[in-house]
Amino acid sequence: MSTAEFESVQTLEEQMVESAAPRDLAMDARNLSVWFGKRKVLEGVNIAFPERTCTALIGPSGCGKSTFIRTLNRLHELIPGAALAGSVLYEGKDIYDADIDPVHIRLKIGMVFQKPNPFPSMTIRGNVLSGLKLSGMKRDDHDAIVESTLTSAGLWNEVKDRLDHAAGDLSGGQQQRLVIARALAVEPNVLLMDEPCSALDPASTLKIEETIRELSKNVTIIIVTHNMQQAVRVSDHTAFFLAAENEPGHVVEQGLTTEIFSNPKDQRTLDYVNGRFG
Amino acid sequence: MSSLDTNETLRDLHSAATSHRGDRVFNRVITGAAFTSLIVLAGIAIFLGLQAIPAFQSQGLAFLTTTAWDINTDPPTAGIWGMLYGSVLLAVIALVIAVPASILLSVFMVFLAPPKIAKILTNLVDLMAAIPSVILGLWAFYILNPPAEEWQQLLNQYLGWIPIFENASGNFLGTPFIAGFVLAIMMIPIVTSVTREVLGRTPPELINAAESLGCSLWTMLRYVALPYGRGGIVGGVMLGLGRALGETIAVFFVLKLVYDTNWYKVIESGGGSVATLIVSRFGEVTGPFELQLLLAAGFFLFLGTLVVNMIANLIVSRTGRLQK
Ligand SMILES: Nc1ncnc2c1ncn2[C@@H]1O[C@H](COP(=O)(O)OP(=O)(O)OP(=O)(O)O)[C@@H](O)[C@H]1O
Ligand SMILES: [Mg+2]
Repeated sequence: MSTAEFESVQTLEEQMVESAAPRDLAMDARNLSVWFGKRKVLEGVNIAFPERTCTALIGPSGCGKSTFIRTLNRLHELIPGAALAGSVLYEGKDIYDADIDPVHIRLKIGMVFQKPNPFPSMTIRGNVLSGLKLSGMKRDDHDAIVESTLTSAGLWNEVKDRLDHAAGDLSGGQQQRLVIARALAVEPNVLLMDEPCSALDPASTLKIEETIRELSKNVTIIIVTHNMQQAVRVSDHTAFFLAAENEPGHVVEQGLTTEIFSNPKDQRTLDYVNGRFG
Repeated sequence: MSSLDTNETLRDLHSAATSHRGDRVFNRVITGAAFTSLIVLAGIAIFLGLQAIPAFQSQGLAFLTTTAWDINTDPPTAGIWGMLYGSVLLAVIALVIAVPASILLSVFMVFLAPPKIAKILTNLVDLMAAIPSVILGLWAFYILNPPAEEWQQLLNQYLGWIPIFENASGNFLGTPFIAGFVLAIMMIPIVTSVTREVLGRTPPELINAAESLGCSLWTMLRYVALPYGRGGIVGGVMLGLGRALGETIAVFFVLKLVYDTNWYKVIESGGGSVATLIVSRFGEVTGPFELQLLLAAGFFLFLGTLVVNMIANLIVSRTGRLQK
């Protein structure tokens, strides 16, 4: 397989045909490469994310999944020496264009991180509403927002009687669901999740997976996971990343999740999804 | 098992932490050192307090509430109110200048500057802290005074309608503003290095959280980094303030000491400062009684600094509050 193949727009269109029902794209990464200083860590990534679907990004550690997902809402900007080539389209516009406000982008494209990161000095309620406060959005129906987002995140019943307690007192799994609620409160169109369940117990993980499936009816979800069963359970599409030693990471194969897991075209994908390396 | 079980013996886990022999020795040395510093502190306080007694006996409460230094009259009258107040006024001016400047500088170093420039700046700021205050005083006298005179004239010209910028004498030298400015220069390296350290420790996952919620750098600072570091920053400011309150020689060079209370006219010539009073009178002391008066003044400066530190502790301990 040559790199030229990754870079062609052809791949993209094939993807579109492959997906069950062609929909509008929520986001579209085109020929994306990323450098940290002199080191190139991602090369020529093309992935299209159809609206209101869930896409899983899988691959061995260090192949650039986190790096990729962070480029989707411009989170590399405080990292000295980070550079990027290619483009990331959101609603048909490149989010890296000079006239685009990154603050606006991040409001529309929410993110949940591997480590639960509620603001520890804020209350549970304060955390849910923090996105509105931090971005200066004016809304009057705060109580309704708190209830509906915590319900979507599957946390409402556990915390409804202690909304004024410190968020730091919650368990790890509860904190993770809290930050999902926090991300939802600003009503994003896309939700990026970087290994959201890696620090959680099976019960919390199942809860969050339920949440993801429910959410993906309305929101486009892109999730990085090391858990193959999880990818199968929650995602419609899957992209497999791989980096050879001292080479930048790239996408080896992508398509419908059922295809990738049952009938991959590339031997390396087959090996990876069957746990034979990585 | 119920909690009513009576034959449970409680074991103190904390004191068991020093059951290792080496730890026990270490523990005693540390405890001893801590007590020594307390004893030294108490010794100073007692010495100054004893000296202050005769001064108080002769002057009464007026020593604190009035402003005068007429030692050769009979009976002599002395009161340090204007000096105490002046010290506080200078400290406030220094804070107003130094705190925003230090925070901006640290934010730039931590979040904005390329690593190389941040490093150079860090070294420069640390170097600033090493300048002896007498040099700073000389510098202020010869180099800072002329431009500062002009700034103050401009302030008076455009903002003179605000009472604090009144100036009736037309003399813009020896003002509390210049003295406060010099103190600010002395505070900036201290406050900056603490603030930089504290901001640099903002957990990256909280910065990520703020960014991913559509925060600008400013809102991230306001709601995440600054609240997170508030305790440390207040601590740094208090360290700097301690220096400002007690600073003697640099202020001596640029402040015109007057035995009067300059309540608020920060760009009017003349002000007070306990430390500067002490140093300016000490060399030409007229007798043991005046010396006692000066030591009494020192005692109250010491008390004042203690009070400031207590207020600081109060602020720091209140930082655990929840944000709604
Ligand atoms: N801030 C950074 N500066 C320099 N190099 C970085 C930085 N972040 C990531 N890298 C490098 O980029 C490569 C990809 O890292 P990335 O975190 O994207 O991997 P990943 O696929 O998410 O791995 P994991 O599954 O372990 O989370 C790694 O080799 C890593 O060392
Ligand atoms: Mg990662």
